[in-house]
Amino acid sequence: MNLNGEKIAKYALMTVAFSAVASLLLIAVFIFKEGLPFMFKVGLRDFLFASDWDPMAGKYGIYPMIVASLWVTLGAMLIGAPLGVAGAIFLNEFVPKPVMRVIKPTIELLAGIPSVVFGFLGVMVLAPWIRATMGGPGLSVLAASVILGIMVLPTVISISTDAIGAVPNSYREGALALGATRWQSVYMVTIKAARSGIIASIILAMGRALGETMAVIMVAGNTVKIPHSVTDPVRTLTANIALEMANATGMAREALFATGVVLFVVIMILNGVALSTIKGRVRRK
Amino acid sequence: MKTEPVISVSALDLYYGEFQALKQVPMEVKGRHITALIGPSGCGKSTLLRALNRMNDLIAGVRVSGSILLEGRDIYAPGTDVCLLRKRVGMVFQRPNPFPLSIYDNVAFGLRVAGMRDGNAVEEIVERSLKAAWLWDQLKDKLGQSALELPLDQQQRLCVARLLAVEPEVILMDEPCSALDPIATARIEELMLDLKAKYTIVIVTHNMQQAARISDYSGYMLLGEMIEFGATAGIFTSPKDKRTQDYVSGRYG
Repeated sequence: MNLNGEKIAKYALMTVAFSAVASLLLIAVFIFKEGLPFMFKVGLRDFLFASDWDPMAGKYGIYPMIVASLWVTLGAMLIGAPLGVAGAIFLNEFVPKPVMRVIKPTIELLAGIPSVVFGFLGVMVLAPWIRATMGGPGLSVLAASVILGIMVLPTVISISTDAIGAVPNSYREGALALGATRWQSVYMVTIKAARSGIIASIILAMGRALGETMAVIMVAGNTVKIPHSVTDPVRTLTANIALEMANATGMAREALFATGVVLFVVIMILNGVALSTIKGRVRRK
Repeated sequence: MKTEPVISVSALDLYYGEFQALKQVPMEVKGRHITALIGPSGCGKSTLLRALNRMNDLIAGVRVSGSILLEGRDIYAPGTDVCLLRKRVGMVFQRPNPFPLSIYDNVAFGLRVAGMRDGNAVEEIVERSLKAAWLWDQLKDKLGQSALELPLDQQQRLCVARLLAVEPEVILMDEPCSALDPIATARIEELMLDLKAKYTIVIVTHNMQQAARISDYSGYMLLGEMIEFGATAGIFTSPKDKRTQDYVSGRYG
């Protein structure tokens, strides 16, 4: 009777786990099925590396949007990663435990703020400020980077905090017992020991920044143009899909799926590169 | 001058919050000798050891009164540079705790902390320290390897080497062999006897044989009090206090 129960539970869980994986696989297959043929019809070069996007005229170059996505993601990381990691270090090493028990969940709650709210803030506050102080339209690479940089903070802080918190106290004690100051023990030992977790937090944040759509549509300006400065407006890959899907049929619809394929592949490459750097560094040490 | 104790503890009280862990403890640590602290678990011997380089400061709610003089100067006096104190009074922990860095970087750590930038000088001291901890011959060809891959007793000796690199005056050892097997323990003990020529060592151990084998002076602690302190031979062969006698003869603890 009990054994039967075990079995039922086991197979039920297995079914759930498999269907979760299977549905992810199916989605991936579907995107590729819809997008890949298009790429070959248009030609990879005219799709990935051409700068004209005009589906009505049969032009499907997404190069400006690839560049835009990379700029915006990179910008978001330049802002979010140092702030987030610094925040995590501060929380772990310099804030009393009871205070941290309040602050950390609060920061994690920030992840629950809808992205449209961040976008709204960007449109109402950040963009006008950029326009006034740096020129340009305000809606720009910079605005998108700042908003995304803030949006990824909970991810970076939460995972980095866990990683740093998991560093054995004996490392800290060892460093302090050798005459290290608190800060020396943090940057010479703790951060190195928590490195893989910190990198993981940044990878996840990068994926989130690259995939974020609503906030980016609101603050990036959405002009299909290769940016030459951080105050230029841009349209990212995600924004492109969201903006055009309503009236996309036929080739245009396929073009958007193909854009999805590109996003998918870019994220895979980013994660792959990041993961292999973790492994490489661990081995070298 | 020779007879001046390097560390002189008097009437030391230490509280963890409301709990009094040390009660009016006296102790004199002689230079270039090994002093052992023995006693049952929870008797305060580790607490006393950690008071000597102020590692207890890391614990919230610790209060100390009485005095600990290191070469005549109170280490709890306001304005004491705790980092400098911990360079002079180094510590080896119960579990080997090498950093997750290369062997070389572990030994060089204290030098870098102290701001030494001259690569050649660092290299020289790393070699000297590893030799002093009897690790150089085994490890000289794999200094770039992670310290965490070493067997435990080499890790523990690496922790000693790491300490020797900063040239402390006193080495505190908190049950340094409790994670090691008997053969590794014997090696650490030999190493300690070797180091005694240049360093002052204070060791906490719950292994009475170990204290008898290696120490020159011993202190028996019980419930936060220093019951008896004196030459090791005396403590083990003719203890003055009944409680010490019970403990060293194995009747208690």
